Amino acid sequence: MNTAADVVTVPLGHTAGSYLTDGFSIRSWLLSTDHKRIAMLYLASVTMFFFLGGAAAALVRLNLIVPQGLLGSAEAYNRLFTMHGVIMVWFFLVPAVPVTLGNFIIPLMLGARDLAFPRLNLFSWYLFMIGGAVTLWALFSGGLDTGWTFYTPLSTEYAKGQVVLAVTGIFIAGFSTIATGLNFIVTIHQLRAPGLTWYRLPVFIWSMYSLSVLLVLATPVLAITLLLVAFERLFHIGIFDPAIGGDPLLFQHLFWFYSHPAVYMMILPGFGVVSEIIPVFARKRLFGYKFVVWASVSIAVISFFVWGHHMFVAGTSIYSAVLFSILSYLVAVPSAIKVFNWLGTLHKGYIHFDAPMLYALGFVGLFTIGGLTGLWVAALAADVHLTQTYFVVAHFHYIMVGAMVSAFFAGLHYWWPKITGRMYPEMWARIAALIMFIGFNLTFFPQFILGYLGMPRRYFSYPPEFQVLNVLSSAGATILAAAYLLPLGYLVWSLMHGEKAPPNPWRAKGLEWRTPSPPPTVNFLRTPEVTEGPYEYAPPEKARG
Amino acid sequence: MSPWLPAASANAPETDRLLWALLLLSCAVLLLVFALLLRYIVRYRASSPLDRGAEARKTWRFEVAWTSATLLVFFGLFVWGANLYIRLFQTSGRPLRIYVVGKQWMWKVEHAGGQREINALHLPVGRPVELLLTSEDVIHDFSVPAFRLKHDVLPDRYETLSFTVTRPGRYALYCTQFCGLDHSKMTGAVVALAAPQYAQWLRENGGGASLAAQGQVLYMRLGCSGCHGGNGAGGTQSGGTVRAPPLVGLYGAAVPLADGSVVTADDRYLHDSIVLPRKEVAAGYAPIMPSYAGQIDEEDILRLVSYIQSLATEAP
Repeated sequence: MNTAADVVTVPLGHTAGSYLTDGFSIRSWLLSTDHKRIAMLYLASVTMFFFLGGAAAALVRLNLIVPQGLLGSAEAYNRLFTMHGVIMVWFFLVPAVPVTLGNFIIPLMLGARDLAFPRLNLFSWYLFMIGGAVTLWALFSGGLDTGWTFYTPLSTEYAKGQVVLAVTGIFIAGFSTIATGLNFIVTIHQLRAPGLTWYRLPVFIWSMYSLSVLLVLATPVLAITLLLVAFERLFHIGIFDPAIGGDPLLFQHLFWFYSHPAVYMMILPGFGVVSEIIPVFARKRLFGYKFVVWASVSIAVISFFVWGHHMFVAGTSIYSAVLFSILSYLVAVPSAIKVFNWLGTLHKGYIHFDAPMLYALGFVGLFTIGGLTGLWVAALAADVHLTQTYFVVAHFHYIMVGAMVSAFFAGLHYWWPKITGRMYPEMWARIAALIMFIGFNLTFFPQFILGYLGMPRRYFSYPPEFQVLNVLSSAGATILAAAYLLPLGYLVWSLMHGEKAPPNPWRAKGLEWRTPSPPPTVNFLRTPEVTEGPYEYAPPEKARG
Repeated sequence: MSPWLPAASANAPETDRLLWALLLLSCAVLLLVFALLLRYIVRYRASSPLDRGAEARKTWRFEVAWTSATLLVFFGLFVWGANLYIRLFQTSGRPLRIYVVGKQWMWKVEHAGGQREINALHLPVGRPVELLLTSEDVIHDFSVPAFRLKHDVLPDRYETLSFTVTRPGRYALYCTQFCGLDHSKMTGAVVALAAPQYAQWLRENGGGASLAAQGQVLYMRLGCSGCHGGNGAGGTQSGGTVRAPPLVGLYGAAVPLADGSVVTADDRYLHDSIVLPRKEVAAGYAPIMPSYAGQIDEEDILRLVSYIQSLATEAP
């Protein structure tokens, strides 16, 4: 009978045959159906997209240093923020954690050899890359200046640029996420190790499950909506353009029906990662496991019914605004519960401050600010003043960049030893975590004030009284950029020069730590058995005894 | 809320109070979370020899407590915000009606007296104002931060924004819905004047015919009178060859439609009847009116609507 105490079921000597050494040809990577190799392909892809989208953001911030716009061209500026939004949302934020960390870790956490459909997994990556390539082609060949939201009739009748090509790219990439979601759902249902009951699943798995449901149910709506935009633009069929009998608000309903759940697609994986890391480094059971689990599930459900809060000033009825306001408050409750549970986990723990924990704590702080400002824009009359200003920009960046990217880095550092078999340089990682927190707040906090003062989003030029805050924000952005470049440097360095990682450097309980680092291609030489919950951490005295 | 942004409309101080409450609440929660976070990471750092005692087992009590507390606070915020929002949409008395048309990339304003402005809007202080907003092309958004108000401006749709300005001054006007290339140039100024100055401004910038009179000219020129009669009296009554519904007394009245439903003949109905005449055909009339979509811009439609509105007040 296995207990959590016998951490490793595979002798260390077997690391020689890890998934990394199982073939060195390019073909062995590009045609691999091993979820771990596919996760690496994805990691390289989303890293590329992240820095592309980040470069666009850097130019946006550069432009806003002077009120008249430093780039000198409104067209260039509009294309840049559209590029930033499109790349970051569809090619980084939504896929990032699921397709890299999720792809790698889910089968390991479940004690499985691979995902349920390994070939579908590889196909998903190809779809993602084809979709990405088509979108990049659109962005770089004729540009796109509709914003990532494609509001009609601007996108269908008035915008110049490659609207049809860009939505085609996103349409293709959408099928990649649908396939990934399907793969995860089936895997979690079918491939759990003996004894791994639903309530013994790590919260990360529950988050991935909730996320997958969102991916599978919401993405088709986006696909249909974008298809209609393309048809309207090409054939003027009269769905969205009022001049030919369409309804521009219909587009917004359809678009936000996908894009609000999409916000939760971005943050749910973050909840999962942080819920894994905090118990490990606090050496304590996750506080209120079932509440955290059901909070994720209820977020996934309620998030389908709050899309209308993007439209409080759009010309929908007062009744619908009131309804969507209360539903928006309702979806905030489970998020608040999670923060309290993470705090409860820290209480009376034995807290270690390794880099993953620093990133996770940064996540809690930034997520709290992002969540609290969400209450402002859910309050109807306050939203009338704040919406479509920099307040909203700051609010969603706190959630989607501050919190979500912190969680991504937390997870990346936490599982890096498992993924690569090497330790990252701890001191550098801690410094990067700290700089990221400071740089992020410097960049985005001034934007709350700008928003209150009324500075609209998506402005190439702006009244001079807003300059001081914009310069502060741009200055913060340079610090943030440095904080994002640091891990790229030291993580790549660690691939060759990092200390060799033991199978379980964090003394963590998850099944993924019961196999060598990096894992063998088959993941587990002996299928692990599970006899207890995921976070049965004991105080250090007992662990030693 | 702040010394930097004036609160210049009747609703603005109320919105500011809500924002203050949100700020205080956010700071309190943030302080609580960060204080607990700091306290725990110092007090329970791994190297601290502090005796932790037994781990709490009955966590559900905490869960129920903070879930209900959160729900209660959120419900309070919801009621506050929704109450204020609903009141924003209530117009009091007979507001001063001003027409605003958004167009890539400018704001065009039409006053009832025929005064026209571009990227500027002159308003009287202390009198309820109702803006009728529409767009020639894409979706824009009419936003005046000093009034804590904004509203999307949609093509082929009339949206209204009602408020009362309380302080004279010059306030920034922005388009806040991304509308293409020169979105950031689609700005202007709202100038709030005390009643005497406003009257003077109207006089100095008038000179032309009123909006309704301009509408009457269009009514003849576009051939509306051919069917609806020379003074809107209706087709057959005034000797026209085609039977068309009379327009006198129409505005604000209930109109039975061919499909059995009844609509109020408001601005939207009149607008749609001009560009989409087959959408809502008045009962008893054949759907023969041609569409004027594409032949007439939104400003001219506003003139016609204004003219038809003026016919209502002349009705017996």
